[in-house]
Amino acid sequence: MTTADLLPLAVAVPLLGAVLLAAAGNRLPRLARDVIVTVAAAAVLADLVALWHGSAHGRVVNWLGGYRPRHGVSVGIVLVGDRTGVAVALLAALLVLAVVCYSWRYFAEPPARHAGTFPALILLFEAGMCGFALTGDLFDAFVFFELMGTVAYALTGYHIEDPRPLQGALTFGVVNSLAAYATLLGIGLLYARTGELGFASIGAALEGHRADALLVTAFVLVLTGLLVKAAVVPFHFWLPDAHSVAPTPVCMLLSGVMVELGVYGVARVYTVVFAGPHGIPHGAFRDTFVGFGVLTALTGAVMCWQQRHLKRMLAFSTIAHVGLFLTGVALLTPQGLAGTALYVAGHAGAKAALFGVTGVLLDRYGSVDEDTLHGRARELPLAGVLFTLGGLALAGLPPFGLGLGKAVAEHAAAADLRWLPAVFVAVSAATGGAVLRAALHVFAGAGTADHHRPGPQATGDAEEPEIREASRRVPAPMLVVPAVLLAGSLAVGVLPAVAHALAGAAASFTDRAGYLSAAADGPAGRTNPVPQAGWTTEGVLLGCLSALLAVACAAGSVWGAKVPWPAGRRAALTVRTASRRVILPLRRLHSGHLGDYVSWLAGGIAVLLLVLLAQV
Amino acid sequence: MTILPYLAAGWIFLAGLYGMVTSRNIIRTIGCLSVAQSATYVLLLAIGYRRGGTAPVFSDASPRSRVVDPVVQALTLTDVVVGATVTALLLALAIQLRKRHGTLDPDALTGLKG
Amino acid sequence: MSRTARVGLFLAAAAVFAVVFTLACTGLPHFGAASHPYGTRAVAAALRHRTANVISSVNFDQRAFDTLGEESILFASVLGAVALLRPARDERESSPLPLRVPPSTRLIGAILLPLTLLTGVYIVAHGQLSPGGGFQGGVVLATGLHLAYVAADYRALRRVRPLVVLEVADAVAAGAFALLGLAGLIAGSGYLRNVLPLGTFNQLSSGGLVPVINAAVGLEVGSGLVVLLAGFLDQAVEIDTPPAAQDGDRA
Repeated sequence: MTTADLLPLAVAVPLLGAVLLAAAGNRLPRLARDVIVTVAAAAVLADLVALWHGSAHGRVVNWLGGYRPRHGVSVGIVLVGDRTGVAVALLAALLVLAVVCYSWRYFAEPPARHAGTFPALILLFEAGMCGFALTGDLFDAFVFFELMGTVAYALTGYHIEDPRPLQGALTFGVVNSLAAYATLLGIGLLYARTGELGFASIGAALEGHRADALLVTAFVLVLTGLLVKAAVVPFHFWLPDAHSVAPTPVCMLLSGVMVELGVYGVARVYTVVFAGPHGIPHGAFRDTFVGFGVLTALTGAVMCWQQRHLKRMLAFSTIAHVGLFLTGVALLTPQGLAGTALYVAGHAGAKAALFGVTGVLLDRYGSVDEDTLHGRARELPLAGVLFTLGGLALAGLPPFGLGLGKAVAEHAAAADLRWLPAVFVAVSAATGGAVLRAALHVFAGAGTADHHRPGPQATGDAEEPEIREASRRVPAPMLVVPAVLLAGSLAVGVLPAVAHALAGAAASFTDRAGYLSAAADGPAGRTNPVPQAGWTTEGVLLGCLSALLAVACAAGSVWGAKVPWPAGRRAALTVRTASRRVILPLRRLHSGHLGDYVSWLAGGIAVLLLVLLAQV
Repeated sequence: MTILPYLAAGWIFLAGLYGMVTSRNIIRTIGCLSVAQSATYVLLLAIGYRRGGTAPVFSDASPRSRVVDPVVQALTLTDVVVGATVTALLLALAIQLRKRHGTLDPDALTGLKG
Repeated sequence: MSRTARVGLFLAAAAVFAVVFTLACTGLPHFGAASHPYGTRAVAAALRHRTANVISSVNFDQRAFDTLGEESILFASVLGAVALLRPARDERESSPLPLRVPPSTRLIGAILLPLTLLTGVYIVAHGQLSPGGGFQGGVVLATGLHLAYVAADYRALRRVRPLVVLEVADAVAAGAFALLGLAGLIAGSGYLRNVLPLGTFNQLSSGGLVPVINAAVGLEVGSGLVVLLAGFLDQAVEIDTPPAAQDGDRA
């Protein structure tokens, strides 16, 4: 067996684990099911770790079915394990293992006759994510994209007794499927023009055509599915509806890695397929997607601050951060990519930990509402500490991995547009601040509960408790796993080896010629210089600034109305009025109406078409 | 018109979208999603057509006969299966939502907003 | 958004899309054009592997990994849909009553059911030779079984439909595909690589792994579809929803 054989195993192993669970799950005791799912998840992780080491000296390529390219083209599907793809799959595998451990004591009793379904679906989800991250074929990417989606819709609606998860899952499923079909239309257009399906072979064939309306249309359509998965404004509406109602372990996966896979897909498809000569110009891509990224980040941050439903708050914070990821990727520099990779890794740990702690609240109180829970979680100090740390990490506090990623991405962004770091700081402060505010309210009982907020809102009350023994102690894995995840997020920032490895991955990611050559069985390309990706004074200062601002926002919101001096009270009042004028209309747009979301999707496609057409 | 079949695909996609935007019932929305998806079938098969080509199955035809592109047909088969299974899943969600919420009118589904 | 705003936004977007898509189509090769590089290569590769039905060769040999993902989607959505359609905690299952069916209908059903199943098996088995294969034949098998419901009643369907067995068969068949891929790895040549003799062109045993994978997919599609339809039919026939859950029913 060679290193290349490890690539398809990342899909086959979880698939076989799922088969075993589905076939025998009903006959096995709970312990045996937990062992199977954990062993399968660990095996995938081991496979990917070996692959990571194997890809140290260049891309690992596997032409499945033995269809090696003849004259540079193949009839089969190629899997390409470059370091970025493997790193993304590795992140997914790590998070799946964490989620599996978190779920050991989750769900008091799985539904009879469907005992193996939940862990089997988690493993199928993993197969989809690994396949998507490692494939080098556009249609194959669509298939694994759909596998991810299908599993995610089913997992989101898993609680059939509550109408909200069902509605969230439906919205998720309809919007994402529609976008996937748009992607397929785009794939069809590309096939018509080039007669190829591999990323590299399409990319190479497109170099012989000029950039015209067909290229732009194909690009926008292919990207639609990825942008919807990545929840980029205005394709993002489904995300809060789905992430706020899915079972907690599922939220950890959706927010931690699935959404980020959308951004990865955008970057991969653009760099390999469309970035060649006569493709979509770099400048057009950069300007357009930095714009969309900033818009997404700001919208997510504003909406995040408004939420009282904790999971919805975290969902909007994911949107805000995805906006920053997209911005970092759109810079198209190795340093921007390195920063984004670190950022994504750090974010996955922190966000999954925050969802995990929220799951503890849901477990004990049957609510995830900031106001209803006011002060009730004083009895859970450890959970409170974890939640607060998660908030600080989200705000970019050094030395968390998020902070490092933010610092590196900011540095890369400042080289392009001087004001971009300000967006990073503001968005980090708002999302971190919202979490800290909730921590103060829920775990410390600070300030007063505000039960009558204006405008449309989702309350987090009367959620289906996911565990049915409220009196028991919090199961250890439900706190240990978030703690380990936070430690992982910290490790990303503290260990220079991680930063260096991801910077190397980013450098080879931007080497388009090397990818094309590797996929066509050609010689290995040159190696790009590895960008600088460590802590700098500027980065530490900006990280501390955003963390301080987050603390100030949280404190101001909790105690602002009670300050003794009138200027403070007036400031709090002004903020409140302004928010009523500006933010209420924005919140009304998040209407939960499926027809609206489809309209926005069409609008997003139209805007992208016009903006890109004007630039080629 | 040599591009009419491609334009038909675009038209079907838009028709499906229009149905989804104006739908007053989630079942109808899911149906219109399938309409939008059938645009992909039309586009793929239209792209694969070769004038005068026969089906790419050589059990009765000579291996030298002119055939249409088999790859898009395989892709369409995959697409059909994906579409059917996703539709089944969405309909299962719709059935349960109807039972729990008593309605499938998007205007009345107000559980998630803001 | 109000209905007017929603439709307005959509129509504006649709107008842009229509114009740009039309422009894009003018850049496409003309309908019926001769150049299909991948298609031509796929035909040659299929003939090399002695598979008469090139589409089956693409699906189960050249691009078998796509199909592995595809049948995982099928497997996942059967698993997911059946779990979603489980009776909720406040619902009870009841046995449907026997129905009176005219004897002529029963007779037609009794004749058609084995015929349909036979057709299904034929279509699965000849996937590498003639149009058809695991997906198409599997659907015929699954729907054929439901003739028992159409021509008799739900109790008859339940007798010919061993759900527990079929659920396991669905999973095992899905796993069989992944395992068949491993065979190439164990033989030392690579994942999903053919390990069987290619046989004689246009014979039932030609195409190497293609007929075997076809059979696995046929089994999976057939049993998966029966399980899936059982989930939906149970909702309609067997599950009683308590009145509380139907408040606000505007039927």
